[in-house]
Amino acid sequence: MSIPYYVSPEQVTKDKADFARKGIARGRSVVVLQYDAGLMFVAENPSRALHKISEIYDRIAFAAVGKYNEFENLRVAGVRLADLRGYSYDRRDVTGRSLANAYAQTLGTIFTEAQKPYEVELVVAEVGETPNDDQIYRLTFDGSVADEYGFVAMGGSGEAITAGLKENWREGLTFDQALRLAVDQLAAAPVGGPAPGAEPRVLTPGQLEVAVLERDRAGRKFRRISGHRLADLFGVVDDSANAAGDPL
Amino acid sequence: MSGHDQRGFGFLPRQFLAAGTASFAEFLAAHDPTMLPSGRVMPVGESVDAPHGTTIVALTYPGGVVMAGDRRATMGNVIAQKDVEKVYPADSSSVVGIAGAAGVAIEMVKLFQVELEHYEKIEGTELSLDGKANRLAALLRGNLGMAMQGLAVVPLFAGFDDETAGGRIFSYDITGGRYEEHRHHGVGSGSMFARGALKKLWREDLGRDDAVRVSIEALYDAADDDSATGGPDLARGILPIVAVVDVHGYRRIPDDELEPVVRLVVAGRQSRPDGPTASLTA
Repeated sequence: MSIPYYVSPEQVTKDKADFARKGIARGRSVVVLQYDAGLMFVAENPSRALHKISEIYDRIAFAAVGKYNEFENLRVAGVRLADLRGYSYDRRDVTGRSLANAYAQTLGTIFTEAQKPYEVELVVAEVGETPNDDQIYRLTFDGSVADEYGFVAMGGSGEAITAGLKENWREGLTFDQALRLAVDQLAAAPVGGPAPGAEPRVLTPGQLEVAVLERDRAGRKFRRISGHRLADLFGVVDDSANAAGDPL
Repeated sequence: MSGHDQRGFGFLPRQFLAAGTASFAEFLAAHDPTMLPSGRVMPVGESVDAPHGTTIVALTYPGGVVMAGDRRATMGNVIAQKDVEKVYPADSSSVVGIAGAAGVAIEMVKLFQVELEHYEKIEGTELSLDGKANRLAALLRGNLGMAMQGLAVVPLFAGFDDETAGGRIFSYDITGGRYEEHRHHGVGSGSMFARGALKKLWREDLGRDDAVRVSIEALYDAADDDSATGGPDLARGILPIVAVVDVHGYRRIPDDELEPVVRLVVAGRQSRPDGPTASLTA
């Protein structure tokens, strides 16, 4: 009988965390930010079908980076949890906080008990009656939760984008301004950092997934901004910010 | 993951993370079947007396469909509720009306609404109108045992179909049988009188407003001859619930828009108590 090697809990945790971080660092980023009419989600995502941003419930949306099958699994679980709570209590009793807690517990359990941690990072965002009531929860692979204010960026270039948002984000941005800011930050920070001396990157509507939670919308507040509407909006954004009308 | 949390606090039990179904009802059946409308434990061999909802009518017009329901719920000879709502949006482009045991029926509508929204969120796309009609049939199928004991639910489902660019109506029996109805239909205790009125008043070229008017006339006729169907209660301001579904989606006609139409129908009955007459030749 062979004696198993002893590995300290510190080492196990560190190895798992490094592994998860490496997986997440390969992925394209997502930005969530507050604007004057609610919350906006902007993801660099060339796929039309495999979403990184999704509706969970009336006021709650979900954004994720990392391994698709893993965060899709969590997204579906979140929709089930929200619909179950809404069905057994009332629609008003479904909150982003309880969903964020459930995700945190689940991710934490998977991180400590499973062979392989989930290589994902999530945002659960809830739009409130007023901007002060908005809630943005950021969850990492080990189940840590952070309550963010105003904006959050995650993914391969999450840190660089966060630094950019810190400088440029302010309260009360209009839809166009917020979209412009998010797209500029995503474009300026490609995964792995900008290549030295390279031309600044340009993102087209086809490479983006955009959605909003609109504060004043009745009932389900989640709305995808896609296809023609996004292309049109980009025209508007371009005209105000870039006389040459280059694509973003 | 050993904890079991029925109402969804704490971490997510295994069923939540299981891959597979986009159906909320199937998820409930796996997670906690007692939460399904059919999950009640019924007393053996007895029938239950509970409030019943009565008459629902629906009719198509070019470009959409109108559904209307009276506001009465009865329990035996007692009026249990004067202003019950029996017509609901199923989702943004369909409508469901219910006759039969009110408590079970309202719960079933609630489950049906979640079912459609759940599918839409999980799959990222709406079900087809036929798919929605079939899901309602599947929910009803579980209810047969209760139907035998006096708690039958008889829904009427209608919606706008993008493929035909028109309204379609579906009726059901207590076993979950699903039947497409053409032009118009009615369910509930007063439906035989309402259907007679619909037959005589429906025309292919009805406009939306005329279709709304016809639905009120039909409900008036149902209330005229069926004691369990309530007529418009102008004294209390209780009007039938009328919903329209067209290319723009579901819309309940607000009371202030509906009231003049109802007053017109009631006024018409002052001079002609049996309502408008149909021409013999047309």
